[in-house]
Amino acid sequence: MTKVAQVLLVEDNEDDIELALHAFSRSRECPEIKVVRDGEEALEFLWRSGRYADAQFHDLPALVLLDLQLPGIGGLEVLRRLRERPETRRVPVVILTTSDAEADIIGGYDRGVNSYIRKPVGFKAFSEMVLQLEHYWLVTNLAPPS
Amino acid sequence: MANHKILLVEDNPDDVELALHACRNNRFDADIVVARDGEEALEYLFCTGRHAGRIGAEIPTVMVLDLNLPGIGGLDVLRSLRQNPRTRRIPVVILTSSDDQALVASGYELGVNSYIRKPAEFDAFAEIMSQLQQYWLVTNTAPPV
Repeated sequence: MTKVAQVLLVEDNEDDIELALHAFSRSRECPEIKVVRDGEEALEFLWRSGRYADAQFHDLPALVLLDLQLPGIGGLEVLRRLRERPETRRVPVVILTTSDAEADIIGGYDRGVNSYIRKPVGFKAFSEMVLQLEHYWLVTNLAPPS
Repeated sequence: MANHKILLVEDNPDDVELALHACRNNRFDADIVVARDGEEALEYLFCTGRHAGRIGAEIPTVMVLDLNLPGIGGLDVLRSLRQNPRTRRIPVVILTSSDDQALVASGYELGVNSYIRKPAEFDAFAEIMSQLQQYWLVTNTAPPV
């Protein structure tokens, strides 16, 4: 049986994926991370459809980290679709992006994002932010019941 | 005037004192406004009643919301907030002693950003307040006002 992913990372930039995985691997919680590289795969994973229709896992991740600049379906559209379906309406989503465009920030909150974070520049700052995110959302925050 | 404003909605005077004490010990540049029931919280947010004509009429950077309030309960405060264009994007953190799964589910259904169980011990509570401020005042990008 597939181990339950605690964090779904939706990110297409390989450098950022590597940074994030490295940061998570050094944390006390060491969560199980699932990486998907586009919006379509993110939706299939969370809805257990398409390529994940036969996957054997039970619970939604405790946290979705969502980039906005994705190939195909963009991050805001992924968020909008997630919030339309009862089974994914409550899953905590944190937008993690380089964008500080007001339209993106407003778009995120209007579509029901839990939190919007600008990716810091530099490995140290990025790592610290990932660890803080992990501690806040996986330890401090109470996830919605699945 | 501080850079950030936290609206703390809490009726228990001991918990208010704990929260204010914890916030005072932290380095964050934030004013704390306390509303001791749901009605006052809504009056503050909508600038009505005892807060009519509130100078500046700033939106809080984050609202920390207890659920067990006299009169209008915390979930109803959240519902009202999310229905109003002026306040619907405000980050809301439920901070409550209850971890009842039905309440957690309801909070998320109504659009809470985060749900935290209030620890009973002061040190743990202070740590939570510090994390909360660090995350919502520094790390998170608040919606534009």
